[in-house]
Amino acid sequence: MNFPWLTTLIAVPLLGAALTALVPRGLELAAKRLALFIAVITAIIALVAAVAFVGEGQPEQFVEQYEWVGSLGVFYAVGANGVSLSLIVLTAVVTPIVLLAMWREAEAERRNPKPFFALVLLLEAMIIGTFAAQDVLLFYVLFEAMLVPMYFLIGLYGGPQRRYAAVKFLLYNLLGGLIMLAAVIGLYVQSVNAGQPSFLLADLVALEVPVDIQRWLFLGFMFAFAIKAPLWPFHTWLPDAAAESTPANAAYLSGVMDKVGTFGMIALVLPLFPDATREFAPVVVVLAVISIVYGALLAVGQTDMKRLIAYTSISHFGFIVLGIFALTSQGVAGSTLYMVNHGLSTVALFVIVGFLIVRRGSRLVADYGGVAQPAPILAGSLLFAGLSGLALPGLATFVSEFLVLVGTYSRYRAAGVVATVGIILAALYILLFYQRTMTGPAREATRDFPDLRRREILVVAPLVALLLAVGFFPKPLLDVIDDGVRPTLVEVGVSDPEPITPAAEGSE
Amino acid sequence: MNAPTIEYGELLPMLIVFGAAIIGVLIEAFVPRPPRHLLQVGLALVALIAAFVAVIWLAGTSLVGAAGSVAIDGPALFLQGAILVLAAISVLFFAERRLEGGGDAFAPSASALPGGAAERTLVTAGVLQTEVYPLTMFAIGGMLLFPAANDLLTLFVALEVLSLPLYLLAGMARRRRLLSQEAALKYFLLGAFSSAFFLFGAALIYGFAGSVQLSDIDVALGTRVGQEGLLLAGVGLIAVGLLFKVSAAPFHSWTPDVYQGAPTPVTGFMAACTKVAAFGAMLRIFYVSFGAVSSDWQPMFWAVAVLTMMVGVVVALTQTDVKRMLAYSSIAHAGFILTGMVAADAIGTASVLFYLVVYGFTTVGAFAVVTLVRDSAGEATHLAKWAGLGKRSPLVAATFALFLLAFAGIPLTSGFVGKLVVFSAAIDAGAVLLVIVGVVASAIAAFFYIRVIVLMFFTEPAPDGPTVAVPSLWTTVGIGLGVAATIILGIVPGPMLELAQQAATFVR
Repeated sequence: MNFPWLTTLIAVPLLGAALTALVPRGLELAAKRLALFIAVITAIIALVAAVAFVGEGQPEQFVEQYEWVGSLGVFYAVGANGVSLSLIVLTAVVTPIVLLAMWREAEAERRNPKPFFALVLLLEAMIIGTFAAQDVLLFYVLFEAMLVPMYFLIGLYGGPQRRYAAVKFLLYNLLGGLIMLAAVIGLYVQSVNAGQPSFLLADLVALEVPVDIQRWLFLGFMFAFAIKAPLWPFHTWLPDAAAESTPANAAYLSGVMDKVGTFGMIALVLPLFPDATREFAPVVVVLAVISIVYGALLAVGQTDMKRLIAYTSISHFGFIVLGIFALTSQGVAGSTLYMVNHGLSTVALFVIVGFLIVRRGSRLVADYGGVAQPAPILAGSLLFAGLSGLALPGLATFVSEFLVLVGTYSRYRAAGVVATVGIILAALYILLFYQRTMTGPAREATRDFPDLRRREILVVAPLVALLLAVGFFPKPLLDVIDDGVRPTLVEVGVSDPEPITPAAEGSE
Repeated sequence: MNAPTIEYGELLPMLIVFGAAIIGVLIEAFVPRPPRHLLQVGLALVALIAAFVAVIWLAGTSLVGAAGSVAIDGPALFLQGAILVLAAISVLFFAERRLEGGGDAFAPSASALPGGAAERTLVTAGVLQTEVYPLTMFAIGGMLLFPAANDLLTLFVALEVLSLPLYLLAGMARRRRLLSQEAALKYFLLGAFSSAFFLFGAALIYGFAGSVQLSDIDVALGTRVGQEGLLLAGVGLIAVGLLFKVSAAPFHSWTPDVYQGAPTPVTGFMAACTKVAAFGAMLRIFYVSFGAVSSDWQPMFWAVAVLTMMVGVVVALTQTDVKRMLAYSSIAHAGFILTGMVAADAIGTASVLFYLVVYGFTTVGAFAVVTLVRDSAGEATHLAKWAGLGKRSPLVAATFALFLLAFAGIPLTSGFVGKLVVFSAAIDAGAVLLVIVGVVASAIAAFFYIRVIVLMFFTEPAPDGPTVAVPSLWTTVGIGLGVAATIILGIVPGPMLELAQQAATFVR
């Protein structure tokens, strides 16, 4: 009997959320400690599971399957491949960091921090569940249900416009989810007509869905994932949600939770609708390129630090989607690695900006300046996070961005060329941001900025370490991801285009 | 001429309830006032439980009895069971006396002039009106008969038996009595009007088929040709009568006024049980009698379903009163149920049966929560007064939020599974466009449900806001059952779904 790793990874935070919620009033510190403890335990379990996964060496592991609603063919089925495992580990590792970043911030304005810690754990369980789900309805249920805790996290702990942002977040995502529900049912009815009602991903992949139906179902799924990811022009909820959330929550939202959208594209859309994917790929590629350039341009012009990072995320999600729909092994593997790296670097950017905001009480870039003098460690870590955001070679994001561009260029040359503009713009928005806030003479208001405290260093240090580690030695992670990606591309029925070499072009 | 045989055993649930109603009338006549309340509540609950036990004992029966006028089969027993449980919960809410300081939700004497001296005397003396219990039992008896009636005349009798007591009950609110009496009158006039439609339709069908028995009508469809005008006019008129009872657009205009004016426990009872019974009757008559001409009536139900969903959700957006909002929401849900009904097959039947149970539990629970939020003028139903309820009384607000999320169809609540099954049934029957409208309507509906949650949790409480009364055990148990059903049917819907599927065959 194999150890049920994935169920454990879902159950531990779920249980932790319940226990945290049950801690009596007045013991907020104990509740926070308990939640952090659970999150750390979950992260350790995830790391141990990853080691076990690599040790085993099979592409598909940790499979568990139990009947859930027999009459509809719904299963509690979980399993992991390289793609899902790396995202599960990302989620488990980032959660304690986010909790620690919220240690004091959750109590601002005398709010009760307990619900925050309980809801983040609940969210963690749901996110891990979606990454592990091998049943389309299970995926869908968690995909939709996770909106509720995030909605409360934004609405209860955010800034002055939090109600507006929370409702906008929820309605956008709910609309996407409901359209997807119609497509999920449509797909299920295909399996009913085939005589074997089932929501199991493997059964549904095995179905021969006619192309015209595939197109509609593809659009239904992609609508939800494009909103979640978010892809231009479905992105407008993210800047509001990120700007109005607390920074740590924004980090969790765009760093971890939104990955469910891009993960859904790889894990569901590609294998379920291969014909439609091939047909629509050029359209999605165009949208992705627009996202890259548009997000980067708007990031340059932002005056609000959190909105700025939100727009950089839109640009980066553009890269991720681009890599996926380039339908090359480098592209998809690069995108998966990008999801992990973007998670790390965005979380780092958001939490460091959060530390800035706590010190000054303002989200505006213009209110800062010369922070590097009084707080060198803070400035240094912001620079580091920023550089990883602009994909400096040697840092984690470089490897993934490079892979995505290589993978795209071999199939969509124009898209690959235009997307590189995003890299230049990234340097612009990050360095301008750093220059305006950190360099120059210290201002009146920023002169006495305390540097990072012990807890804050504890938050930033693991992120820095991970970004460096993946940047210099991406091979182990990339190997695992490659094993996960390969079967998907076989399912879509595409093979990598021949590399373009001068000799080959000359022979034509 | 032989006397017809009556299957007393199979009719036992109805006989128990009607018997209890008659005993209740006798208690009113002969028992002194002080012990009446306890006696009536006890009698009602015992009878409802006994009838429920009888329904379980009858499970699996499938016969046409009482000289062809009553069908005891899967759908009938399933719905009878649902009605009995929901009615028992409603009776618990009727029995609540702590909220009004010793009184209950009903006027001490419906005949005393509102605001007059007689009324004040009765209120000061603490007089309780106990006629509501026998009236309720008669209504429940009618509801049990309605989905089991197997000829048009029995259907009409059942319709009147369930409606007449409800007209009275609607006018008996303790507070805001003029509003309540207006509601009762409106309900009565429009209800009588719709009954006339039904009767006219039944007469036309009799003219067409030469019989009022549902199975004879079905036979006549195959043999009579050239009288389609009579048939279709009859089908249309009968549909008007039934659609009025389920409050489908364009026959819904009574719903908000009556739901608002009626005493809230009665509103919950009406909203849940009447809808269950009326949909049961509609299923039987359209599937058994008119199943062969389903292509003729399906377009009508398409149109009605689209209109009902859209009117329900769009008008609900503008409501400022909780009860009116819930009324429009119940209209929208009638539309969702109609979506399942247009499938016109066993899958459709099962989905409607399941949805009715889900909807019933959530509805009685939600209306019961409304009775708890009070200020000096009784229930504080204006939405503005619910601001900040989450801070003042987290448990009540969380309960209401759960019911709203279930109405909105968020996964892991019962409402999601309900939507899933009705939409699956509709897509399976080819009604894809209807499902897309349903999905869009769900998204719009989510907006006004979410708005209430925003109001409760993310808004500062008003200084002169209402208090949340602590109810007695009756209401607590009732709401607890609603919460339990909402969660359990959301997480483990399997057994109930299977029950609905097994029950989905009509006897002919």
